[in-house]
Amino acid sequence: MDKAKNIQDYIEGHTPSNTIKRRNFIQLLGGGIYVFFHAGAALKLMAADGDQRQLPDDFNAFLRIHENGKVSCYTGKIEMGQGANTGLAMMLADELDVAYENVEMVMGDTDLCPWDMGTFGSLTTRMFGPSMLAAAAEARQVLLELAAEKLGTEVDKLEVTEGVVFNRQNKGEAVTYAQLTNGQRIERVAKKDATVKDYSKYKIMGKLKFRADSMEKVTGKAKYSGDMRLPGMLYARLLRPPSHGAKLISVNTSEAEKIDGVQIVKDGDLVAALHEDPEMAEKARGLFRAKFEKADKPVNNDNIFDYLKERAPEGNVNINEGDLSKGEELATSVFNTEFHDGYVAHSPMEPHTAMAYFDGDKMTVWAGTQTPFPAQSNIARILGMEAEKVRVKPPYLGGGFGGKSAHGQAVEAGKLAKLTGKPIMVDWTREEEFFYDNFRPAAVLKVNSGIDDAGKITFWDYHVYYAGDRGSETLYDVPHQKRTVYGRGWRAPGIHPFDTGAWRGPGNSTNTFARETQVDIMAAKAGIDPVEFRLKNLKDQRAIDVLEAVAEMADWKPGKSPSGRGFGVAIGSDAGTYVAHIAKVDVNKETGEVKVLKVWVAQEMGFCVNPQGATIQMEGCINMGLGYSLKEVIEFEGGKVKTKNFDTYEIPRFSWIPEIETKILQRNTPPQGGGEPAIVCMGAVIGNAIYDQTGARLLEMAMTPDKVLQALKNV
Amino acid sequence: MKAKIEFTLNGKNVSVELEESKKLLWVLRTHFNLTGTKYGCGEGYCGACTVLINNSATRSCATTIGEVAGKNVITIEGLAQGEKLHPVQQAFADHDALQCGYCTPGMIMNAVGLLNDQPNPSREDIILGMEDNLCRCGAHNRILDAIEAAANEMQNGK
Repeated sequence: MDKAKNIQDYIEGHTPSNTIKRRNFIQLLGGGIYVFFHAGAALKLMAADGDQRQLPDDFNAFLRIHENGKVSCYTGKIEMGQGANTGLAMMLADELDVAYENVEMVMGDTDLCPWDMGTFGSLTTRMFGPSMLAAAAEARQVLLELAAEKLGTEVDKLEVTEGVVFNRQNKGEAVTYAQLTNGQRIERVAKKDATVKDYSKYKIMGKLKFRADSMEKVTGKAKYSGDMRLPGMLYARLLRPPSHGAKLISVNTSEAEKIDGVQIVKDGDLVAALHEDPEMAEKARGLFRAKFEKADKPVNNDNIFDYLKERAPEGNVNINEGDLSKGEELATSVFNTEFHDGYVAHSPMEPHTAMAYFDGDKMTVWAGTQTPFPAQSNIARILGMEAEKVRVKPPYLGGGFGGKSAHGQAVEAGKLAKLTGKPIMVDWTREEEFFYDNFRPAAVLKVNSGIDDAGKITFWDYHVYYAGDRGSETLYDVPHQKRTVYGRGWRAPGIHPFDTGAWRGPGNSTNTFARETQVDIMAAKAGIDPVEFRLKNLKDQRAIDVLEAVAEMADWKPGKSPSGRGFGVAIGSDAGTYVAHIAKVDVNKETGEVKVLKVWVAQEMGFCVNPQGATIQMEGCINMGLGYSLKEVIEFEGGKVKTKNFDTYEIPRFSWIPEIETKILQRNTPPQGGGEPAIVCMGAVIGNAIYDQTGARLLEMAMTPDKVLQALKNV
Repeated sequence: MKAKIEFTLNGKNVSVELEESKKLLWVLRTHFNLTGTKYGCGEGYCGACTVLINNSATRSCATTIGEVAGKNVITIEGLAQGEKLHPVQQAFADHDALQCGYCTPGMIMNAVGLLNDQPNPSREDIILGMEDNLCRCGAHNRILDAIEAAANEMQNGK
């Protein structure tokens, strides 16, 4: 077992013990000051829902002030390009009064970090952030107390700058965090009511900070899951069904077995070709002869919306205020509209990839995942192991967008590693990535609403099927309103022909498309400028603020739509943040192609920790949002996913990219989410701009050229 | 049939004995452990695997190892001169022109190839030259800015 010994050398920091006890972390890591904290009750509830294990009830992250004065934060959150490692380090440095360069975020390793449900929902800054600040405040208090003792003075006479504590009256009386921490082993649990600094006192937060990982990423040194290497590692290519729901009847691998150096694994439905050379593994898989019994649902791109409506689950009334029939009586114009949204892929540039190694006792999985701890639980459950015997280590993640909350590739790698005892690399091809992606669900929305002669919305009867309720809030001030949600969240087991899941701002892009288009339809009918119409019907000050800000940025010229100018507007709210967008488009009436020329966006996200990071997320949302709005369509027939690569699945390219102007309305209120909000308006703002230029109203996404031409015919 | 294939890789003469039909992408990633060159689509659509062959940006997933015999191959790992980044690498970092970073090596190599062909490109030239490199995070505007800045830097540096 020399090979195994070698391999162990690659897996540093192995802990054999139960990872959820505080003591173990301290034993593993050594001296210093530790402050344990918990990122909010909401997280714990969600955790309990998804994990059968006993969870730590008093913490899910901790800080460590090292004996050399450096600071680490251990958290199960992960970095996937959104810049969390930068923003969190800024927060921690600022609250603790240490240099940003002396702060390190240790993220996602299930042995080194306490349990965390995963990284999604733009929760990292807004829910994890405040708890981390409170813990930092606690750590700072401990350090001040130690300093007061050492300097023979009182805490309230002390100040801190970049890790040096000094007497305000006599700056020569000073001691560093490193000196205070040296030889200590102090353990605290953060108090919920710890006093953190006033927002105005922060020096690092609120200022531009460039991302922490650029150097590694521009030199090719950054390691993603597929870049992991162990001696004797084999690439795996697994037998795949032709369509979702197909059952394996028989498989003949005799031709594949003839390939030199190949190892074939068969374990029930799991059939794989393993080879040290990925091209040979692929060649061997190509020689599998398998029979499947297909069980395709009678659904395809042509009948999907009727299919979904026929199978609509029972509705849940989320809100019912006033009296709809009274609202209808008050209306002088009534609008009944049905909206559609198609399936959309996550399509991260890095397909799902994982490497796993089982040493006979413990499984280690290097996996690109947004959910290392749920992955750990799932792998353990499926392989009949204890969770503590499975370690998930997330390297850099090449894009997630919600799609890497699912971690099927890590389970496959774990299974094969356990069966073979060898290090196994499961790196999905692009075709597999499209096949196994849990798409943003196709959805149907029915909105019935009305306005009076003054242009006030009198009632709003909103029905959303399959998209979930995120972003379905009416936002506008409507006296009589009802909102009914059919199907729970974005999953509808047994209905869709393949898996569906959370896609950046889940449900919200779909809901905002329906709401903001419907509002635009009403504004046009009323003959009122679409910005003015919105302001007239808004009472929510945060929504008013972003809308007024974006109108000023774009130098909005009021006028009723369609004006022929090609300007659209939309507002939205997601993850506690408000956004307003204006877009200028140019529609080619011959081809139906839509070019988005410019997008202005104003965003209010409470206190913005890293304006640079937040701005980049806004830009990314706008560019990514062009795809689902205009071009991205999954082609399918029953459970067969016909879309296999980027030749037919068109994601945004350089020539599509608009000029972008962003503005963040800085507030001294708790930080809110930033990874998703600016994507939710994209469909509506583009659709409304198309209408403004041409008078053609698009009610279905993606607004592909053929749909634009069809809508133009109806003008 | 295995063949002996000699070529220059990041400034060094190398020799491999492999089937000529093997894809350069996988030879770089497995044989040479140069993992900066990424798999994205395997069919030349996305550009994540772009390297320079005789100074021209080329898709390594659509190039066989046999085709590079006698040629000069540069990957992202071979672009910097010691500690000094190539101006395009430096510009990507300076402009925060990346998020997840997975497409970044291919973007940078494609941009270097573009500037080798057109040292003084217009914004339109850059858009056209980068059109078939895909980024899902939406860093496009900053990537264009970075390439423009690098082009200026390289012109003025001469």
